[in-house]
Amino acid sequence: MRLEYFQMIDRVTAFDREPPRLEATSVIPDQSPIFEGHFPGHPLMPGVLLIETMAQTSGYLLLGLNGFARMPFLAGVTEAKLRRFVEPNTPIAMEASLVHEGSGYAVTKARIRADGKAVCDAELMFKILPFPPGLGEQMRAHATGLGMPAVEAVP
Amino acid sequence: MSSTFDKVADIIAETADIDRAKVTPQAHVVDDLGIDSLAFLDIAFAIDKAFGIKMPIEQWQQEVNEGKAAADNYFVMSNLCARIDELVAAKKA
Repeated sequence: MRLEYFQMIDRVTAFDREPPRLEATSVIPDQSPIFEGHFPGHPLMPGVLLIETMAQTSGYLLLGLNGFARMPFLAGVTEAKLRRFVEPNTPIAMEASLVHEGSGYAVTKARIRADGKAVCDAELMFKILPFPPGLGEQMRAHATGLGMPAVEAVP
Repeated sequence: MSSTFDKVADIIAETADIDRAKVTPQAHVVDDLGIDSLAFLDIAFAIDKAFGIKMPIEQWQQEVNEGKAAADNYFVMSNLCARIDELVAAKKA
């Protein structure tokens, strides 16, 4: 996990189409300038970055389902619950599942656990749009680097 | 149609925080009700869930952009409800 680069996922550990779900893992970094401000002397993973982590987990799920044909952009967060503090150097496990695949949008549910305990969960909405030029290849390459299995393009 | 209209009007009023009385069969969801694209996503999700359908919004928008259909055909409330009824009927067939 590299907070400053918004690289929130270390490994994709499972991807299934039926039912549609994706699992991933990360370790909250031991050091980050973010912790200097959040909070001085009491470093905690910011809740908004936990939400971003759930969004990225959901995003890779949606990319896998559409074969990296179109890009999911976070459009809404509902029912977000931040249930537990997460400190640096903590391993976390993410899970995202598909709630609804609409026309031009999708809705997922995602959650994060640490040491088997619920950290946070949310329902997330994404707009699904054509990739900006060049981004599709980068996203696919990054997903491969995370260990995501190769997926066929879906027309 | 009337039950579909009431259901859709309730969804729009609640989801977009619009006075239910303004949601008439003649109302255009964008021009008259002021629903933006993000709010329309929330509404589409609620309608898809409530009716068990997948509104082909992208196809509708493409037809409008290409001049193959009038926007009113999909985004005036009475017509939107008619399209929803068609999708529900097609799903049952």
